[in-house]
Amino acid sequence: MAKLSRFFASRWGIITAGAVVGILAPILQKLGNPGNMGICVACFERDIAGALGLHRAAVVQYLRPEIPGFILGSLIAALIFGEFRPRSGSAPIVRFFLGVFAMIGALVFLGCPWRALLRLAGGDWNAIPALLGLAAGIAIGVWFLKQGYNLGRSHKASAVTGWIMPAFAIVLLLFRIFRLRFSEGGPIFFSESGPGSMYAPLLVSLAVGLAIGFLAQRTRLCTMGAIRDVILMGDTHLFGGVAAIVVFAFLTNLLLGQFHPGFAGQPVAHTNHLWNFGGMVLAGLAFALAGGCPGRQLFLAGEGDGDAGVFVLGMISGAAFAHNFALASSPAGPGAFGPAAVIVGLAVCIVIGFAAREKA
Amino acid sequence: MATIVDARGFSCPQPVIMARQAIQAGQFPIEVLVETATSRENVRRMAEKAGLKVRIEEVGDEFKLTITK
Repeated sequence: MAKLSRFFASRWGIITAGAVVGILAPILQKLGNPGNMGICVACFERDIAGALGLHRAAVVQYLRPEIPGFILGSLIAALIFGEFRPRSGSAPIVRFFLGVFAMIGALVFLGCPWRALLRLAGGDWNAIPALLGLAAGIAIGVWFLKQGYNLGRSHKASAVTGWIMPAFAIVLLLFRIFRLRFSEGGPIFFSESGPGSMYAPLLVSLAVGLAIGFLAQRTRLCTMGAIRDVILMGDTHLFGGVAAIVVFAFLTNLLLGQFHPGFAGQPVAHTNHLWNFGGMVLAGLAFALAGGCPGRQLFLAGEGDGDAGVFVLGMISGAAFAHNFALASSPAGPGAFGPAAVIVGLAVCIVIGFAAREKA
Repeated sequence: MATIVDARGFSCPQPVIMARQAIQAGQFPIEVLVETATSRENVRRMAEKAGLKVRIEEVGDEFKLTITK
């Protein structure tokens, strides 16, 4: 067990986790998930918000089993290795709104950092301005960290705090398995067309979610952390995982005939470089201030971190705002109020960054 | 006189930043208290990369890392 832990904590451990994500995501796409969206934490949480009826964008409503899979896979790993620690209390309300704005930024680009990497590996060059934006947003976050920014200590909590998010994940899974209908013409919604209608078989999606959740909990895979650690202290440990995602997803896409290079006509994507960049500046800054990318927040929620769970709920709420208020982009381009929302979000994050500094 | 860095409850990168500041201040040995295995690994990796020695003890359900030259 100790030997296994040592491997997972090593450079090869994180590269293995990245490689597994890089291989499995294009396979999920082959089996039915949307284009260059084998896995996308932001998009899938948005689809879940839609399935629950929190927004009514009819094309993006599906109760994605990968998301509860991530939480439960992480929970299983944390229980087996004695790392399940119920904790909370590090500015949860601030984390909620960081989650809201992180999602709004991600939906202006149309993807979380994982999907940005997968889009790049599928030949969608619109991911390049997005990844540059992500790095820029994280760099701003690092600047705040260097000024003494932090959201304060969390505290050990009773077991119930740690089990709330895994329980929520199980309820979501049950909704999906039994395809519950709570009223005539009401939720749970399942898209009949568009990205929400495209999905891999339930058991495959769930199994992949559990496997990645398990590996990511052990290796601490985090796309935001990867870039942050390079900028903050020249540490490339986590970056190995990110590089492995791109390399292995690229190779798997080639093998499966899913590599289509270009800017125009990419699946679930638009070509507005300015707002692909801008959306991810906001998302990157919000992730950096909250201490983890959307995937990492799910894995933390699985190991008992109630504050990460609040961030996840913030993201799901952010998806509802994004689609109800015409903030989310579509393949036609940014939504009517998307750019304005990015500017408001950046202003809010900058205020949080300055306000939560600890004076030395 | 040991420097004590109490990073319990902070999530990364905070414990790493706090430990690094203590290392830069140069008052060895440095005792870093952390709560999670993630923080334990991150602080250890940073210190070992800086060419320092790290000893890890489990204290209850927490960890104490002693960093020496």
